[in-house]
Amino acid sequence: MGRDGPAIEAEGLRKRYGDLVALDGVDLAVPAGTVCAVLGVNGAGKSTLVRILTTLLRADAGTARVAGFDVRRQADRARAHLGLVGQHAAVDEILGGRQNLVLFGRLHHLSPARAAARADELLDRFDLSAAADRPVATWSGGMRRRLDLAAALIVDPPVLFLDEPTTGLDPRARSDVWDAVRALVDAGATVLLTTQYLEEADRLADTVRVLDHGRVTAAGTPEELKSTLGGDRIDVVLHHPDDLAAAETAVTAATGVAPTVDRAALRLSVPVTDRVAALAAVLRAVDAAGLRAGDVAVRRPTLDEVFLHLTDVRTEVPA
Amino acid sequence: MTVLPREARWAVADTATLTGRTLAHWARRPGEVLVGLLFPVLLLLMFGYLFGGAMAVPGDADYREFLLPGMVAMTMLFGVETTYTAVAVDTARGVTDRFRSLPMSRAAVVTGRALADLLHSAAALAVVLGCGVLIGWQPHRGPLRALAAVALLLLLRFAMIWLGVYLALLLRRPETVAALQILVWPLGFASNAFVAPSTMPGWLAAVAAWNPLSATVAAARDLFGNPGWGADSWPAEHAVALAVAWPLLLVAVFLPLSVLRWQRLGR
Repeated sequence: MGRDGPAIEAEGLRKRYGDLVALDGVDLAVPAGTVCAVLGVNGAGKSTLVRILTTLLRADAGTARVAGFDVRRQADRARAHLGLVGQHAAVDEILGGRQNLVLFGRLHHLSPARAAARADELLDRFDLSAAADRPVATWSGGMRRRLDLAAALIVDPPVLFLDEPTTGLDPRARSDVWDAVRALVDAGATVLLTTQYLEEADRLADTVRVLDHGRVTAAGTPEELKSTLGGDRIDVVLHHPDDLAAAETAVTAATGVAPTVDRAALRLSVPVTDRVAALAAVLRAVDAAGLRAGDVAVRRPTLDEVFLHLTDVRTEVPA
Repeated sequence: MTVLPREARWAVADTATLTGRTLAHWARRPGEVLVGLLFPVLLLLMFGYLFGGAMAVPGDADYREFLLPGMVAMTMLFGVETTYTAVAVDTARGVTDRFRSLPMSRAAVVTGRALADLLHSAAALAVVLGCGVLIGWQPHRGPLRALAAVALLLLLRFAMIWLGVYLALLLRRPETVAALQILVWPLGFASNAFVAPSTMPGWLAAVAAWNPLSATVAAARDLFGNPGWGADSWPAEHAVALAVAWPLLLVAVFLPLSVLRWQRLGR
């Protein structure tokens, strides 16, 4: 590491493409050895942020350091300390997996013997040895992603950037990538990942930044973000769609707050402060209205709700 | 003797690594390479035996003697598609970005490409010339002039590398190569490669006479000692000089433009 301090730092990053403001003053500090998830919808500026931090793109204003090295003035040193997994599996499809890793190892200026040994280690670690010599074009999406990840780890970079690492993967492949990320962090790496999946941020991240229209609109641990929505929620799930209107009235009367209604799931959801009293009141009201509930539950808000809340405030037309 | 600075050593090593990557592609897909090498041979045989009888060549010269330099020069011109596709695929798939995120030499990304493409074209050249010999073509003015002709052909290919890199970084879409083909073919035929420019309508004759391809073709015919159309215009009279000047001019234009485009990937 270049010096003590956060592994990833950014101050006032701005970037515009013509009239489109991609980043509108982003500050960031990710302590070494932690995972930071940057959460946002398509077009929020996530990839632009990653491209600037990985030296691929020059910011219009602001500064950024990776492992203590300025991404603009010390780009080569920063590059030697970072690994990038971009949105595409950026590997050579004609070559085999081993050839790919040796190629990228050589471009990191490892000796031929060292590059070959490192390729074998990584193939083994990501469970790709069996397919190592088949052309990557014949591999599954999950295998390519793992190869992509392996390629980013050739020199054991202390800082790793993952741009939507699990987009388009099936649940099994996604969980493989999550395991790999956890193992890296356990080994001391710092990870910044972008994602559209709240669950991913919830599972992996120590801290979350919500990016919306190029600005960080919320920052904190997943738990902190959830508590910004004000405590717990009560869910009431019905059997019949006909009961929704009556249930809405009953729940509103019991809690004093109009619930959000998910018509497809036949679920009403309402934020509450005193969970026990509120639960009793809701149960009584539902019973008194003669409704049959399939399920009634008290729970913490999900990151989805936090995210929708945060982005709704700024977005007039919901997607 | 001082050792090269680190950047220069890396540039050389990275160029070798990336050239090796393309060689590994050929080893993986020999069929593709073979088709690429045999396509000009197919054209040569098609033109030589199908159209050859109908083509009038000045004097009593053999059409196939006349045809071969035109055909190899066309092959060099078509090389722009090879370069374009390779660079566009890497850029579209994110491989170029991966290179840019590595602590490797920036220049090597293109010099590695250039070296591999020149090797490929040199092989294509050898195959076509070899087949030419089989059907009765030969150089008549000695090995040095023949080598000079080969050098001029490869110089044209070198210019096409920069045109290909520039267009690929500009358009970034591998499938656009189809549009490129549509542009390259007329450019290839609006030349002295197959017919005399003097038989074309006035404006097309001027295009054909000044076509960079025509300069290389006329110069190669001259240096190989093969029959040509004769020097009936200023560009035809100065074919060898133009065969050097045109590619250098193209490089002088498209090399800086390519560098600019490369830098704009980061803006």
